[in-house]
Amino acid sequence: MTSLPISTGPRWAKLPRRHMPVLATLALLLVMYGIGVSQYRAFSNIQVVFNVFIDNGFLLVIAVGMTFVILTGGIDLSVGSVAAMTAMVSAWLLQSGLPALPVLVIALLIGPTLGFLMGCAIHFFDIQPFIVTLAGMFFARGMCTFISNASIPITDGFWTTMSQYRIGDPRGNFVSISVLVAFAVVLVAAYVLAYTRLGRNVYAIGGNPQSALLMGLPLGRTRIAVYTISGLCAAIGGILLSFYTLSGAPLIAIGMELDVIAAVVIGGTVLTGGSGYIFGTVLGVLVLGVIQTLITFDGSLNSWWTKIVIGGLLFAFILLQRLIGIRYK
Amino acid sequence: MTDSRPVLTMTGISKSFPGVRALHNVDFQLFPGEVHALMGENGAGKSTLIKVLTGVYGIDEGSVTLDGEQVAFNGPMQAAAAGVSTVYQEVNLCPNLSVAENIFIGREPRRFGAVRWGEVRRRARQLLARLDLDIDVTAPVASFSLAVQQMVAIARAIDVQARVLILDEPTSSLDAGEVAQLFRIMRQLRDEGIAILFVTHFLDQVYGIADRITVLRNGALVGEYPIAELPQLALVEKMIGKELDVLERIEEQPRPELAVLEGGTPFVQVSQLGRKGAVAPFTLAIHAGEVVGLAGLLGSGRTEVARLLFGADRADRGEVEVNGARTGLRNPVQAIDQGIGFCSENRRAEGIIADLSVRENMILAMQAARGWLRPIPRRRQDELVDRYIKALSIRPANPEMPVRNLSGGNQQKVLLARWLITEPRLLILDEPTRGIDIGAKAEIQKLVVQLSDGGMAVLFISAELEEVLRLSHKIAVMRDRELVAQLDNDDTVDADRVMQTIASGTEREEASR
Repeated sequence: MTSLPISTGPRWAKLPRRHMPVLATLALLLVMYGIGVSQYRAFSNIQVVFNVFIDNGFLLVIAVGMTFVILTGGIDLSVGSVAAMTAMVSAWLLQSGLPALPVLVIALLIGPTLGFLMGCAIHFFDIQPFIVTLAGMFFARGMCTFISNASIPITDGFWTTMSQYRIGDPRGNFVSISVLVAFAVVLVAAYVLAYTRLGRNVYAIGGNPQSALLMGLPLGRTRIAVYTISGLCAAIGGILLSFYTLSGAPLIAIGMELDVIAAVVIGGTVLTGGSGYIFGTVLGVLVLGVIQTLITFDGSLNSWWTKIVIGGLLFAFILLQRLIGIRYK
Repeated sequence: MTDSRPVLTMTGISKSFPGVRALHNVDFQLFPGEVHALMGENGAGKSTLIKVLTGVYGIDEGSVTLDGEQVAFNGPMQAAAAGVSTVYQEVNLCPNLSVAENIFIGREPRRFGAVRWGEVRRRARQLLARLDLDIDVTAPVASFSLAVQQMVAIARAIDVQARVLILDEPTSSLDAGEVAQLFRIMRQLRDEGIAILFVTHFLDQVYGIADRITVLRNGALVGEYPIAELPQLALVEKMIGKELDVLERIEEQPRPELAVLEGGTPFVQVSQLGRKGAVAPFTLAIHAGEVVGLAGLLGSGRTEVARLLFGADRADRGEVEVNGARTGLRNPVQAIDQGIGFCSENRRAEGIIADLSVRENMILAMQAARGWLRPIPRRRQDELVDRYIKALSIRPANPEMPVRNLSGGNQQKVLLARWLITEPRLLILDEPTRGIDIGAKAEIQKLVVQLSDGGMAVLFISAELEEVLRLSHKIAVMRDRELVAQLDNDDTVDADRVMQTIASGTEREEASR
């Protein structure tokens, strides 16, 4: 679906090294799913897979945005807070009586605007993305509590519909609308990365920014664009989060940016940029989701085991990237 | 093949940077269908001329015309759009992208905004076929050799209907076979009528490919010559800028016989030491009390040899013996432990710490050798510093003066003192006399003689042949990053002969002595 068209064709036999991380993630995912199926009878129910998507739709959308940023060699720490802020603003505006559509538009504008500003700061003032987006993270989180110290419930009809509507088959398996939104975002992003100049420039800049500049590629515009895209994805993720929880909570999604980064890296995108695929990111999010599901099924394990396993996996995958020498610098 | 009308003319080009006159009234013209070599030592103004041409720098004075029309580019992109493409020394491609994409990125054929990958690949194959290159255009550029990457960069350059192709030291990291491949393509492009401006340090390559040569020296035009009218020796003379008869007046000094010096075990003996991309494997012995001069044009690999011997760069092949015992010189700390000192050619950037005082600068190396946990007592410091200030007549004789306030010559002496204090057994001096006045120069030369008479081995690197000839017992000649000859500095050796060796690279047989 999303592997680079330029590398498909009759070359599957060769399995280029740069596909290794994605394939490793795929293998890992299948192994984990196999473990689940063999250990727990209910695991083989297809709804388990659907639930992974339902529970992680917002994470997937945000991870897609993060993939753009990391592909250029940057990082965006603000995404968790921006998602929370988006949910918070939505809840607050709905509470104050605004109709659903304008709320949606306003909420979806905040994230990209902040992303655009951060991108400008990173490009024009040549500041480390880490610091700029860290500032963005604190700002957005602060805005959440500025709006309200307590969680604001959402009772709006559109929101509850979106939250509860089930798209299913006759046997009762279903997915939520969030999952469809997430899939749409994934498909659009994969297309942009593979077939548009913007997407190709993202890869070029991640490969070697200096060369990209000398080749006449728009370095600044592309950089600003990826942070704007990441902000938009965080905003969409925030909306999906508010569908999921039907509330805006000031302390929700704390540390989510780190889960997102972990998912992207486990999905095979190299932190120094230039290599990775949206498809990998989808797999990375699924790995995180399946780990959570396994631990839920077990029942006796503390949920913090999720973090421990993710930590181990993250380390293993970064090591793998190192070993296969996919860093070009 | 040469057309009568130049495609590119640069007239009266001057360019100054604060404190430096980089180009002064330089004329240059380039005809369609020729390979035109731009020659000169480092700092002669070659790069500045190219950067002025492609709009990286503005022009202070003079004009550029392309096809009879006056142009002033605002940057490489605009220049490329007008048909003046540049391929740089370091290949500027994105290693993670495919060959095809590297050629077309930024101007991919598209339909409704979507890149037409099939078309990209087809046209890339076409273009590379024109360069006689049959490679998998879908493989990432990083999977190919530097030579192929270079050709891909050229393919990208000529795709924009280039009429002028500037190759800025394209061969510096290629091996002989790869160079031949590149030359084949250059000839082909030349025959298609493209004007090629070729910059290189390698003399052989100039004579292998160029039709005409323009020589620059110190930012000024020396002349433009058809290749047939400028033999290699004449070219070297024009680049260095010293008439031979001036150099022939060499001070003769009684020196210890080389045979006596080379009787025992050499202090340092390296065999086939080399580093890919820096210097070809070389074999060299340096004995106690011996001054070995390292001659060669700038960029010929002299500094690289010094850095290998000091462990500042790590050799990737070869062996080093110090006092007959095999050892590795993997980093400067090990080299210092073995008694090797290194005065860098780049005094400001790598040697002197301008804000520290004369005293602090001088004791730096000794303190490092002792380890930072055992400070040198202040009284001992003062003693040492005073002694060397006197010995080297450093002025002003104030140990607490910040080094930035000293003249270049005195800074150089402070740097020398830093290493002398550690009492090295081999001192590597890389261009110790560059940019300092005549008086200081003479003092440093005198000091080198004294040191070697005292039993210290010295590796003396200098661009000034005169100096090398005067001081050295033995002269190792570098050329194109290769040690091509070792000449015993006896009566038969003069500047002429060294120049001939630099120019032609013969005398190889003596290297194996």
